[in-house]
Amino acid sequence: MLVIKNLRASIGDKEILKGIDLTVNAGEIHAVMGPNGSGKSTLAQVLAGHPGYEVTGGEVLYDGKNLLEMDAEVRAQEGIFLAFQYPIEIPGVTNAYFLRSAYNEIRKSKGMTELDPLEFLDLMEEKTKIVEMDPAMMNRSVNTGFSGGEKKRNEILQMAVLEPRLAILDETDSGLDIDALKVVSNGVNALRSPDKAMIVVTHYQRLLNYIVPDFVHVLANGRIVKSGGKELALELEAKGYDWIPGAAA
Amino acid sequence: MNDAVDTVVQPAEGVATLLGTDGEPESPIEAYRFDFETTAATSKEPAWLREARRSAFAEFERDGFPTMKDEDWHFTNVAPISEKIFRTGAKGGPVSAEVVERFGHGEAWHTVVFVNGRAEQSHGPALPDGVSVTTLASEISGDSALLQRHLSKLSTPESGAFTALNAAMAADGAVIRISADVVVEKPIHLLFIADAVSENTAVQTRNLVFAERHSQATVIESYVSVGGDSYFTNAVTEVFVDDGARLGHYKLQTESRNAFHVGTVQVKQGRDSRYESFSFATGARLSRTNVYSTLAGEAAEVVMNGLYMVDGSQHVDHQTRIEHVAPNCPSHELYKGILDGRSHGVFNGKVYVHPEAQKTDGKQSNNNLLLSESARVDTKPQLEIFADDVKCTHGATVGRLDETALFYMRSRGVGPLEAKRLLTYAFAADVLEKIELEPLKLSLERQVLERFTSN
Repeated sequence: MLVIKNLRASIGDKEILKGIDLTVNAGEIHAVMGPNGSGKSTLAQVLAGHPGYEVTGGEVLYDGKNLLEMDAEVRAQEGIFLAFQYPIEIPGVTNAYFLRSAYNEIRKSKGMTELDPLEFLDLMEEKTKIVEMDPAMMNRSVNTGFSGGEKKRNEILQMAVLEPRLAILDETDSGLDIDALKVVSNGVNALRSPDKAMIVVTHYQRLLNYIVPDFVHVLANGRIVKSGGKELALELEAKGYDWIPGAAA
Repeated sequence: MNDAVDTVVQPAEGVATLLGTDGEPESPIEAYRFDFETTAATSKEPAWLREARRSAFAEFERDGFPTMKDEDWHFTNVAPISEKIFRTGAKGGPVSAEVVERFGHGEAWHTVVFVNGRAEQSHGPALPDGVSVTTLASEISGDSALLQRHLSKLSTPESGAFTALNAAMAADGAVIRISADVVVEKPIHLLFIADAVSENTAVQTRNLVFAERHSQATVIESYVSVGGDSYFTNAVTEVFVDDGARLGHYKLQTESRNAFHVGTVQVKQGRDSRYESFSFATGARLSRTNVYSTLAGEAAEVVMNGLYMVDGSQHVDHQTRIEHVAPNCPSHELYKGILDGRSHGVFNGKVYVHPEAQKTDGKQSNNNLLLSESARVDTKPQLEIFADDVKCTHGATVGRLDETALFYMRSRGVGPLEAKRLLTYAFAADVLEKIELEPLKLSLERQVLERFTSN
């Protein structure tokens, strides 16, 4: 589904990704772990098409197509979703309006008919249950005045509505208490399927108790320095990163 | 060889000599003088008014139009108005039902239609008892005592050249009286239409609003045009909000892109009164809107909000002034601006807290969104406090669309144009939210949304 080859990216003059190789197949969950500043979030943002990063080398194929040539909205329409580490507040635009716009843009791109507000409301009734969210939150401005936990739930709600084929979760667990973490993880697990894939970026092994990955990769200094199965996450939790060649600061 | 004798023609007494040899005015001031002498000053108006007009015109001639050296006009160059010949006294005329329909709100509102400054027709439901909406022209011809007592008392000719010119020449406008304790449920809409023959005319409009003790009403002033003419609206509205009265006052300026608009609203508020103002300005090549209120009675409340949206080479200027004279008065003000193209926005908000005005609660902000590299804003919130026990804040911001928010929306599949439109709309919606008159709020929200859909 996704093939990343020797991907390099910079912000300003600073090179952050220094040659990433990663292959993700349908049905798989890949965890990307690593110390602060290793480039985890940059990888997530570059895959989602953030215009602030400059890709300086390598290639990314998504279903055999050149992902790097696609604008961010095209990537979303093609089924890529990034759950933000810090979800953005948009005062004045309601959650419902925003999500319906996004949903309909994606449907339009597939030649499907748009949902009207009432039909969309029905869909929301169903989807808000997945993340145990009060449907009344849909009438509030996007993420405005939401608690940290509410923001993360809102991200997963968006994901549940937009039904991406490749979801990238960027530190979705950060700042969550254990109850919220369970809700969010349950939401994510409900969206697992054999034709979908996920990249879970996290700093802590804790999340991976709930969202169990097929593969774990260690990102350090802009490169993947080690890959393994889910047991690698436990090893990292116990021993930290310093024992891995190339991971030392 | 030349037998012709140089004769000095002594100007005869009379107006003919006010014009150049071809019978056309040679300068803007000559045009104003001629139109003043031939209309306002020679009409059959009451003596007190003729006298007042003559002294106002003298004031205008003495002052001349303001320049950028004038502190109140530091960021606005009025040369496009002052150097152009505009003729006052253009005729009104019938206006099609379709036009009234386009700018009016059907039969839901009490509507008075003015065409080129002249009252033409009225629409809508009957006014409740205790409310009268008449015209300045009819009050003048009836030599109204009310008019004599109040005209130019709040907005005096000494307060500036535009007001002086208006005092000298305004022939029509609306006079609204809401008697004590009367509640007017439906808004009173003054619809000023510049029609297709307004090219190069000056429309001088004077309105008076009297909200007596404990009355309650909403007044809307709309300034619109049916064509793309270049004309000059010079409007003054004097508003008396007596003790305990509540008045909502909305001014919508969507004039032609070639038009010029200078408008002043001057309010005086009594004890426990509440005045809510909203200025919506999207039109005109150059506009200046002044909203001034004096909080003369204790615990009077004023709310002044506004939204301006301009592009191309439009220039939009707002000046507000709140005079806290009495104690315990809250004043809240939020103006927002959205500027695209090479447009230029100006905001100057003054809050004066007089020594007696203890426990003043003043809050003022001006936020601007620049959508292009060459749009520009000059914002100057000003606080002058002479009392020692007050709570006053003010602030101004000038920013651009949030790139992170744009990316966030795009990452959800929303294209960049739609994302920009939504964010811009959201910026504006925040202040439109504050409009208490629901149908107007919805109508303005729609206008804002449409404006950014076409981009």
